[in-house]
Amino acid sequence: MSTVGTAFEKAAAENRAVLIGYLPAGFPSVDGAITAALVMAEAGADIIEIGLPYSDPLMDGPVIQEAVHRALIGGTRVADVLRTVEAVAGAGVAALIMTYWNPVDRYGVDAFARDLAAAGGSGLITPDLTPEEAGPWLAAASEYKLDPVFLVAPSSSDERIALITSVSGGFVYAASLMGTTGIRDLVGAEAAVLVSRVRQHTSLPVAVGLGVKDGQQAAQVASFADGVIVGTAFVQRLLAADDYEAGLQGIRDLTAELAAGVRSGRQAD
Amino acid sequence: MSEPTSDVGQSPDPTGHFGRFGGRLAPEALMSALDELTAAYLAAKADPGFRSELADLLSGYAGRPTLVTEVPRFAALAGGCRVFLKREDLAHTGSHKINNVLGQALLTKRMGKTRIIAETGAGQHGVATATAAALLGLDCTVYMGAEDTRRQALNVARMQMLGAEVVPVKTGSMTLKDAINETFRDWVSTVEYTHYCIGSVMGPHPFPMMVRDFQRVIGLEAREQMLKLAGRLPDAVIACVGGGSNAMGIFHAFIPDESVALIGCEAGGDGIETGRHAATVVGGSVGIIHGMRTILLQDAEGQTLQTHSISAGLDYPGVGPEHAWLHETGRAQYRAVTDVQAMEAFSALCRTEGIIPAIESAHALAGALQLGPQLGTEAILLVNLSGRGDKDVDIAGRWFGHLGDSADSEPGGLAGP
Repeated sequence: MSTVGTAFEKAAAENRAVLIGYLPAGFPSVDGAITAALVMAEAGADIIEIGLPYSDPLMDGPVIQEAVHRALIGGTRVADVLRTVEAVAGAGVAALIMTYWNPVDRYGVDAFARDLAAAGGSGLITPDLTPEEAGPWLAAASEYKLDPVFLVAPSSSDERIALITSVSGGFVYAASLMGTTGIRDLVGAEAAVLVSRVRQHTSLPVAVGLGVKDGQQAAQVASFADGVIVGTAFVQRLLAADDYEAGLQGIRDLTAELAAGVRSGRQAD
Repeated sequence: MSEPTSDVGQSPDPTGHFGRFGGRLAPEALMSALDELTAAYLAAKADPGFRSELADLLSGYAGRPTLVTEVPRFAALAGGCRVFLKREDLAHTGSHKINNVLGQALLTKRMGKTRIIAETGAGQHGVATATAAALLGLDCTVYMGAEDTRRQALNVARMQMLGAEVVPVKTGSMTLKDAINETFRDWVSTVEYTHYCIGSVMGPHPFPMMVRDFQRVIGLEAREQMLKLAGRLPDAVIACVGGGSNAMGIFHAFIPDESVALIGCEAGGDGIETGRHAATVVGGSVGIIHGMRTILLQDAEGQTLQTHSISAGLDYPGVGPEHAWLHETGRAQYRAVTDVQAMEAFSALCRTEGIIPAIESAHALAGALQLGPQLGTEAILLVNLSGRGDKDVDIAGRWFGHLGDSADSEPGGLAGP
C-alpha cells in the first residue's frame, strides 16, 4: 500500500513532483465521487485528498462550495467519506481527508483517527486547525500513524513556519497565495518564495496548492515544489460537464495533463 | 469612567481561552493578522491618546452615556417590580453596535489599513460600520445574507447612502452565518489592507475579548446609573443574546456582583421543541464555528444547523465563547424566548411606554416579563434595550396586521393584541 511518504520518495527518485488531486466525497453522489477518485488514481494522481463536506467552508471559493453544498444536500455522512478513502487506498493510492475541524471534533478526535486508519487513510489536511489547538489530533496521529498535514501561508512568519513544520507529517501544504480555493491565471512568484522559506525549517516535502488549473502551471510549480495540489479545476470538470460520463472523461484528461506537467517541470533544469 | 478592580477583567488567557472556550481555530493565512491585531489592540488599550480619542467619539458623536429610563407602566406587566432600561436605542445609529465599531474603526486607522469589512444580520452592525467608515474615511464593504437584505431592506439603503458597498450573500442559508463566512473569505484575500470589523463577541481571538471591551462601557455606565437612580444594584440584568455583544457589554461590569443575576435571552423562534429556533446555549452543544470553540447548534456530525428567528440579529447558530463560559460556570443563565413572546413584549413596550424596541431587544423585554413575577414586587430589573425598532417596523407592522395582508405575515399571520 502506498503512503504519502512513499509517493514522495517515488517521485523524487523519478526527479519529478507528485500530483495531488482533490475531490469532495459525496459529489455528485457517494459512488459517483468514488468512481471519479478511482479515475483520478488510474490516470496518474499520486495522492488523493478526499474532502469532507462541511456546512461552513470558510476557505473555499464558489466552485468547491457548490460541490460540497450538493454533497450535503445529498446526505453525505462521515461514514461515506471513510468509505471513499477506503476505495482509494484499496486502489493503491495514498488517501488523505481534507477537513474543517468541527466534524472531527464532533466525531471524537481519537475515534476519527482510529476509523481513518482502519479505512487505510494516510492522514488529515486541516485548513482551520493550527498547531496551537492541535494537541489531541497530534497525539492521535502519532498513535494511529497518520500524517498531520498543516498549511503555511505567505503571511506566516518564520516563527510560525518553524512551529508548523515541527509538528507536520507527510508533507507541508504551502497555500501559495492569500485567498480561498479557486483557479488563478497565474501562480505567483510568492509560491516559490514560500516554498524556499519552508525548506529552511524542514526536510519534509513541500506541496503547493491554491490556484493550479492546467499542465503548464503544474510544470511551473513542479520546478520548485515537491508536490502540486489541484482541487478546484477537477471539481469544475465535474460541475461543468453535460453529464457524469463527460465529467469523468474531464477528470481523466485533466489528470493526464497534470501528470505530464509534474514530469516536465524539471526537464529544463 | 472608573474601572472596577476585579480579576474577571483578566479573562481570557493570553491565547484567548475562556475556560475551554474561545481560542483560535482559524486558517493559517489569518494567523499573522490576528497576531498583529492583538498587538495593536493591546497597545491601543494602553495608550491614553487612543482611549481619549475613543472617549471623545463616544460622547461627542455616539451620544454616550446613554440614558437609563425607569418604565413603570411596563413594569406593571412584569408583576409590579421595578424595571429600568439601558437605552442603547438612543445611541447614534440606533443600537449599541456603534460602541464597538468606533473602537475598531479607530484601530483600523492606527494599523494603517484603509478598508473595513463587516458582516451584518439585522443590518445594525452594517449600518454602524458604514457610519464609522464614513466618519473616518475608510472604504467599507458589508456582507449580508440575501434573506436578510430582503427582511431588512431599509438598512441596506442606509448603508448604501453612507457610501458602503453591500454584498448580498446567496450561499447556505443566506443569513448571518453565511455572511460571516463570506466576510472571512474576503478578509483572507485582502488582509494586508483590510480590517474585519466583527460585530459581536465572537470569532477567533482577540475578537471576543476586544469587542467585549469596546462594549463594556454599557455595563460600566449602567452600574453607576443604577446606584444613583435606584440606590442599589439590580437583582437581575437581562439582555438578548445572538452572538452576544450587547449582553457581554452590559453583563461584564456586573460579573463580580454576585447578588446580580445575569440573564441572557436567546431566540426561541417557533419553540425549542420545533427545532426552528436560534437558542444556541439552551439547545446547542460544544463545538467549533467561525474560528472559536463555543456552543453551537449542530447535528450529530458537526454540520451547522439552520436557525430560525423573527429577529435577523439573533438568527445565528453560535454564541460568543465568553457566554459559553459564563453558562458553564453558572455565572449567567440563558433562556429561550419565542417569536410570539418577543412580539408580545415588543407591543407591550410600545403601548405602555412609547418606546419601539428592536425585535432583538424585545426578547430581553420578554425575559423581564417572565422573570419579574417570579422575583416579586421588591425586585429591580435592568434590561438592555440594545436597539430601536425603526428597522423592524415593516416586520412588526405585518405581524400585528397594521401593514399588508395579515395572511402574509410571518409566521402564520398571528393577530396582534
